[in-house]
Amino acid sequence: MNVTIVDYNSGNISSVINSFKEVAKDKVNIEVTSDLNKIKSSDKVVLPGQGSFKSCVDALHNINGLIDTLNDFVINNKKPLLGICVGLQMFADVGFEETETKGLGWISGKVSKIDNQNGKYKLPHIGWNQISFVKDSKIFKDIENNSHMYFVHSYEFVPEDKNVISATTEYSSNIVCSVEKENIFGTQFHPEKSDKTGLKIIDNFIKL
Amino acid sequence: MLKNRIIPCLDVKNGRVVKGINFVNLKDAGDPVEQAKIYSDGGADEICFLDITASNENRDTIYDVIERTSKNCFVPLTVGGGVRSIEDINKLLNCGADKVSINTAAVKNSKVVEESSKKFGSQCIVVAIDAKNNGETWEIFTHGGRNSTGINAIEFANKMENCGAGELLVTSMDKDGTQSGYDIELMKKISSNVNIPVIASGGVGTLDHLAEGINAGASAVLAASIFHYGTYSVKEAKQYLASKDIPVRI
Repeated sequence: MNVTIVDYNSGNISSVINSFKEVAKDKVNIEVTSDLNKIKSSDKVVLPGQGSFKSCVDALHNINGLIDTLNDFVINNKKPLLGICVGLQMFADVGFEETETKGLGWISGKVSKIDNQNGKYKLPHIGWNQISFVKDSKIFKDIENNSHMYFVHSYEFVPEDKNVISATTEYSSNIVCSVEKENIFGTQFHPEKSDKTGLKIIDNFIKL
Repeated sequence: MLKNRIIPCLDVKNGRVVKGINFVNLKDAGDPVEQAKIYSDGGADEICFLDITASNENRDTIYDVIERTSKNCFVPLTVGGGVRSIEDINKLLNCGADKVSINTAAVKNSKVVEESSKKFGSQCIVVAIDAKNNGETWEIFTHGGRNSTGINAIEFANKMENCGAGELLVTSMDKDGTQSGYDIELMKKISSNVNIPVIASGGVGTLDHLAEGINAGASAVLAASIFHYGTYSVKEAKQYLASKDIPVRI
């Protein structure tokens, strides 16, 4: 099996690579590339993302044909994709970080700044927070409800259809921190930095 | 609920762990990678490496340490010390650091913070503020506490927030290495003046000092000696904080 981590200059992805390689060992081939043919032929794709919504979307556009290839992979071929952090946020129709920017539109909704309630909540939301399950998700197999995950973000994904939400976390309000829509998976938290529980989520995705 | 973080810090020189008393008289003990693994297995919320003498010396050894650590520890890793440029930050991140802490370079030229937070995202840019009390307020020191700058630490903290820093690592130079507790007034002052998380550092000798740091408004507490010399484990620290009704990840 081939799992491809999309390398599109979205910031630091070394931790994502290290964690997937740790989980995959020699059993699964982990590719790190922006090569369109390799993405097309892989079984699963991981879309990481750091920095701003706009910078990540711009970086996707900068690689000719990448967005079409991802659309094809996810929408037409219905193969599993995991978006992490801004990788998840880009599923939305639109984001408001820096300036209004069009997203991939895979899951209707918007990405807006977390309400810090006049400074009551520090932003970015950094650190370990508990996730509460809203529905069953395949990537949560053998994960306990209320497990701690590592977060770093100031913006939140607000999907229109609440049925896609698989978990939320409490910070200022109930923030969407995990989604599952058919073959599309996303986590706002960083499984690659969430120790053994995070690695288990990666393992679950690889084993889908 | 977001938990308060406990961050063990390892001072690294030439690829080896050391800990200074007021930044001098270094002792040598331990492999940083092994230490980091012990900390993350013990429940550390993040790991911090400070390449202490990096401002003066060849620092290639740290890259190897980061690479090996990031393949063994799956909690966030912050690296600081001698970070001067966007290229330095890029190299540290590529080796596997999740965040980079900038000290002297941020004081010399705040554009480094502005540009790096734009390029890599605020989430990985920590500004380290080394401050000393001068009777009236706190003054910024650079180069591992050797050079005074005349810059007001509280104002500087606000400036760094505006430049795009994701977090502030605030160290009291008066307290560092003394094991007599954080400079509580400094932590209160800075954390109430900024809207980004503050990591308290410098002076921890007991578990109660950690609680004091959190109660002063810090989102995370950093300590080196108490963990490094095995006075307390990270687990004991967390249990203690939990017993004081301070939310931690256990």
